[in-house]
Amino acid sequence: MIFKLTEEQEMLRKTVREFAETEIAPKAAEMDEKEEYDWSLWDKMAELGLSGIPFPEEYGGVGMDHMSYAIAVEELGRVCGSSSVLLSAHTSLCLWPIYNFGTEEQKQKYLVPLAQGEKVGAMGLTEPAAGSDAGAMKLTAKLDGDEYVLDGTKIFITNGERADVYVVIASTDPSKKHKGTSAFIVEKGTPGFTFGKKEHKMGIRASNTYELVFENCRIPKENLLGEEGMGFKIVMKTLDGGRIGIAAQALGIAQGAFDQALAYSKTREQFGKPICANQAIQWMLADMHCRIEAARLLIYKAAYLKDTDQPFSQEAAMAKLVASETAMWVTTKAVQIHGGYGYTREYPVERMMRDAKITEIYEGTSEIQRIVIAANLLK
Amino acid sequence: MKIAVLIKQTFDTEAKIVVKEGKVDPSGVNVIINPYDEFAIEEALRIKEKVGGEVVVFSAGSDKVTESLRKALAMGADRAVRVELDGVAVDEGVVAEALAKALGEGNFDLVLTGWLAIDDRSAQVGVRVAEILNLSQINMVTQLELADGKLTGSREIEGGMEVVEVPLPALITAQRGLNEPRYPSMKGIMQAKKKELKVVNASDLNISAQPKVEVKDVFLPKAKEAGKIYKDDMAAAVSALVKALREEAKVI
Repeated sequence: MIFKLTEEQEMLRKTVREFAETEIAPKAAEMDEKEEYDWSLWDKMAELGLSGIPFPEEYGGVGMDHMSYAIAVEELGRVCGSSSVLLSAHTSLCLWPIYNFGTEEQKQKYLVPLAQGEKVGAMGLTEPAAGSDAGAMKLTAKLDGDEYVLDGTKIFITNGERADVYVVIASTDPSKKHKGTSAFIVEKGTPGFTFGKKEHKMGIRASNTYELVFENCRIPKENLLGEEGMGFKIVMKTLDGGRIGIAAQALGIAQGAFDQALAYSKTREQFGKPICANQAIQWMLADMHCRIEAARLLIYKAAYLKDTDQPFSQEAAMAKLVASETAMWVTTKAVQIHGGYGYTREYPVERMMRDAKITEIYEGTSEIQRIVIAANLLK
Repeated sequence: MKIAVLIKQTFDTEAKIVVKEGKVDPSGVNVIINPYDEFAIEEALRIKEKVGGEVVVFSAGSDKVTESLRKALAMGADRAVRVELDGVAVDEGVVAEALAKALGEGNFDLVLTGWLAIDDRSAQVGVRVAEILNLSQINMVTQLELADGKLTGSREIEGGMEVVEVPLPALITAQRGLNEPRYPSMKGIMQAKKKELKVVNASDLNISAQPKVEVKDVFLPKAKEAGKIYKDDMAAAVSALVKALREEAKVI
């Protein structure tokens, strides 16, 4: 085993870290406070090439691997959970299924501008009554001549309202439950496609989370992704990769909180010495560091397996489970080390602790990850 | 337009400097391109984007410098040359001679570099290279214009700005304010590895590379001590202060 990143991956990490610290970090608290993302940051990310990391150049990407993508998401997460999930949802949930299941025409039309960052991507999966249980989906798509007609709603959609292109999962044959679902590419601005309520959240407050409303929304037949009935399969494959992204986001949040806590423990003095001189603090720091490194290795292993075309869904679920629970645990400790100040918005660890929670929920709750892992063990 | 940029690898400005056995300990310290040299790279790229041509980056040092040259390539430079010199950075004369020799045959119209490196702050290499190669030079430039084969550089002087015009070929040293260096793009990072990075030795350049100066000692500045306040009655305090200035601080 060689635990070493390539020269390119190292340079990417340095670049994204510098970019995140210089451009994003100074804005993170204000964006969180206002529940509003500064989209000029997206333009800068696109200029850097972050919008299409793991896709070939012929499709507007930069031709790097998923390891590089995970590192970029991690580095954004280190300073801003909202920026991190923006990139993760865009890349893993929208571009990847189009790249993997799309026709050449669909790739040219949608993937190229998305990978170049001219457009932002999102995915519509969750519904009010269909969260982990995708088979309970109510949104329908009925073929009518050369068009599919979409009716129903999606909720909790990351990048909603701002995104230009949505991969939407709909039921084309409700009698077949999840096996009767299909995936569609829907453009913002299509008549009958509007945005409902904006969610006000505990964390990642700068990330756009919207309801998508489809009322007699007619989309061309050629916007079907893959074939009818492939919806569930596309979702499962997409979420496997998405979990690496969310795991990387969680890792970044944990690392960011740890870095803050370590620095604070060296400067904060109580009883005439820095608090890091106390074993109680040292043990917390040691445990935080160990858990972060363990999560990192799981994520990098899952990314490595994906990059080398080996099965990785078990490892992605393990990485997502461990990284998200690590993020929650580490950020809680980081707030503890900061004491009363950590509970205020004067220090970023308060935001990081709120941001961490969602990583245990979206793209498969911790409970779903355990089901996936156990199912793999018992099959 | 053929443009050369001279860069130096330095410690990160936020690095904690540790001195061990009379040397700065490089282990675990993040290294960067000297920030003033990054201004030079950025300016070279902007000129190239405007008028076309080639940007070649040069650096003198061991293999460790490769990382910084790759970053310059990722930012957009076309190729790089590393002059294999280890441990002579202390003698700017040798470094300047080696870089000047390496530049020698390149027929560069313009050479750009930072006005000083943030580590030793000697501000020697740029001006020495210009002297050796007999190039016109403008130092500490905060604004640079190229027109009709001439360069116009502006720099801050006591109480105002000075505008200096030089013919090409010329050497310019960059000061903070010249530009805002770009980040290497992901595409740039992917391309950097495919670009040429040539290594030349002192013997290839026909120079001795023997430093003429020697470092006798390296030490950190003394930690700042807490100030002392004299607050007895006025006459006694003044007398104690004067005594301390004379005997302890030895400044009067």
